[in-house]
Amino acid sequence: MFSFCTDPDVLGQFQWLSCYLTTGKHMSLYVSVVVVLVLLAITAPTALLFGFGGAVAARSRIPPVRWFGKSYIAIVRGVPDIAFFLFFVIALDQAFEWMRHKVLCPDWTDPIRQGNDFVVCQAAKLPLSSSPQWVHETYGFFVAVLTFAIVFGAFAGNILFGAMRAVPRPQLETAEAYGLSRRQTFWRILVPQMWVFALPGLSNLWMVLIKATPLLFLLGVEDIVYWARELGGTKTSRFTDYPHGDWRMYYFAGLLVFYLIFTRISEIFLERLMQRLTRGQATTGGEAQRKAAA
Amino acid sequence: MNKLILSTAALALTAGFAMADTVRLGTEGAYPPYNFIDDSGEVAGFEREVGDEVCARAELDCEWVTNEWDSIIPNLVSGNYDVIIAGMSITDERDEVIDFTQNYTQPDPSGYLAASADADIEGGVLAAQTGTIQAAFIASSGATLVEFATPEETISAVKNGEADAVLADDAYLRPIASEDDALLMLEKTELLGGGVGLGVRESDGELKAKLDAAIQSMKDDGSLNELLAKWEIGPGF
Amino acid sequence: MSCLQTIQDYGLRAVGYGERLLPKEDFTLCEQFTLIGSGMIWNVYFGVLALILGFFFANALAMAKGSRHLMLRKPAEWFIFVFRGSPLFVQFFFGYFLFLSLKQVYPIFTPFTAAWLGALVVLFLNTAAYSAEIFYGALRSIPKGDVESADAYGFSGWPRFRKIVWPTMLRLAWPAYTNEAIFLFHASALVFFSGFPSWQQRGDALYYANYFADKTFNPFVPYPIFAGYFIILTLIIVSIFGLVNRRLNRHLPQEARRKMKLKMNVIR
Repeated sequence: MFSFCTDPDVLGQFQWLSCYLTTGKHMSLYVSVVVVLVLLAITAPTALLFGFGGAVAARSRIPPVRWFGKSYIAIVRGVPDIAFFLFFVIALDQAFEWMRHKVLCPDWTDPIRQGNDFVVCQAAKLPLSSSPQWVHETYGFFVAVLTFAIVFGAFAGNILFGAMRAVPRPQLETAEAYGLSRRQTFWRILVPQMWVFALPGLSNLWMVLIKATPLLFLLGVEDIVYWARELGGTKTSRFTDYPHGDWRMYYFAGLLVFYLIFTRISEIFLERLMQRLTRGQATTGGEAQRKAAA
Repeated sequence: MNKLILSTAALALTAGFAMADTVRLGTEGAYPPYNFIDDSGEVAGFEREVGDEVCARAELDCEWVTNEWDSIIPNLVSGNYDVIIAGMSITDERDEVIDFTQNYTQPDPSGYLAASADADIEGGVLAAQTGTIQAAFIASSGATLVEFATPEETISAVKNGEADAVLADDAYLRPIASEDDALLMLEKTELLGGGVGLGVRESDGELKAKLDAAIQSMKDDGSLNELLAKWEIGPGF
Repeated sequence: MSCLQTIQDYGLRAVGYGERLLPKEDFTLCEQFTLIGSGMIWNVYFGVLALILGFFFANALAMAKGSRHLMLRKPAEWFIFVFRGSPLFVQFFFGYFLFLSLKQVYPIFTPFTAAWLGALVVLFLNTAAYSAEIFYGALRSIPKGDVESADAYGFSGWPRFRKIVWPTMLRLAWPAYTNEAIFLFHASALVFFSGFPSWQQRGDALYYANYFADKTFNPFVPYPIFAGYFIILTLIIVSIFGLVNRRLNRHLPQEARRKMKLKMNVIR
């Protein structure tokens, strides 16, 4: 990075450190922080969407849809997330390729499963094997997002399902009395009001989601814990210009600080959001706000 | 799955030839001297050089990706990359699932790294990385096996006295022993795996033939031996 | 080899009884089910003990966090913040490292570097922090009227706490606490995966699932088996906690009981 970094062996401590912390490898660590944050930013709304879908399905009046919604929430919630991450990405990837294969190569005669191999036609490959590396990476990133969203969507679904039932009945009855249709009642009364009941659970889920990011490396995304372990491990002078002993302790201490700060910021933000959502609601919190203002 | 953006050194070499296929090489990137991530964040090491040379000779356009060791074979058979080049010893069990090219290293004996020369490797506590051939070997010997998730942790286990010795590939342990005064290599070695080969899908016969031919030509003109000597990986051919 | 024989050989393998060597080739479904199931012993062990011990500590922590004394409140707040704010991955790392360093100075810490005790301590502290936050939240949302009526009936001090405040808190916290219990059992799968070494191939369910995935190169059999075991375990936890919930709410009219269950869906 800096011009004086060409021969690290002769540098003073401070300069050595500044060179060390700006190697290409450390840049990968810094990039991974951004990747993790972006992934969280995309996963959270996606998981919420999955959860919303799951909750609506679980409330459905059509039995098969209801069973689907309920079993999605129950099964995914019952399994440790790590189990999903260990085999789900490959399964998802194969499922996509299989579907594309069926559509794109209808006259392909060879079997898709040849022994252990999973072989689809070239055109069905996801991404195409001729596409540049960044396409592969982006694809991997989105498969990771999807896996996270499916897993955490089940938890969100459970929370939203509860929140929908927590909206006071009189609110819905009043809506009916005013002649609103079922659909109107759902979108105009139930959905706007359920958030205040869902928020404590969703805040907790967000915290859990943050802390699930160390498992990202299982999904093929090199996250901060992966790099901290890789960078902190003992390095011998044969393979690096910056040999050092077992420094994992320091890297993990850095991780700890990162996660604590991130959690704290989230807490403050969510607390504000709760204040905002409580306004004008028919709950004790809302009542307290009203009284304080009066 | 797929990860790093890695430069394709082979690209420049093959540019003169007709449209080359893109072949994706999957490696672990955490096992020096075979493969590791260097200071600039790129895959480096013995296999990086072998892989680039093989690709050049086979006129393939190659791209490097890194993948977690645990899922390196499932991802190959599922088609996320085309070749495994990750210091993988040719074993019968692996051969049932994937195909190997001819070996490009001689069988590398596994060595013991210990804190003292009289460490008890017959009945003592031996550390190994989970799921390696060394772990399987210790499990069936008389010693007490203790498994760690990463090779790094096995080394620190010896340093802090949790284990008497580590059993791992000789080429991996030697550089560590030479830099750390508290650790030394024991005389005894175990011949466990076969040589290291490139792993390809069983349905990819054509690719395998190309890679085989390229490795053979590297053996014939001695360039492979040069690389083996440069990275100190076992004897030459 | 018959399946019954396999169960005899490997049913208690995770705790060190039976065949010393794990199967090496020709893996049968029965072997996978047996060994992964045997590993579940550890998941249940970690989960149950950490949960029970953590429950008591969590109560103390929740009281401390709700205390008016700064000396009690601040440490409790920080403890809860640190353990809730960092990934278990990092906690296991520091736990193992700390016990190793302590062991070098005080030999009494030797057993702590083994998973059965060391990981248990980490899980115990972790679940105590999460549960304490849940209990603390419940403590704050105890209806004012309940406490006022208790005062009117002449309750005060310890009897008021034991007879009124504490049971109400528990009742309010129970649904969220159920979720915490489920999460704790799930978290126990991380013990051998990232934190602690496994001795002589004695590990939890994920350890064996990993072993089979590694040997058969096929992740689609062992991991779903592992998942299946956990679904069963989760169902058992939910029904046990449901029974306790019924007992906690036995004084309420039927209708109110149902509502109670749905309200506080706070998960970890």
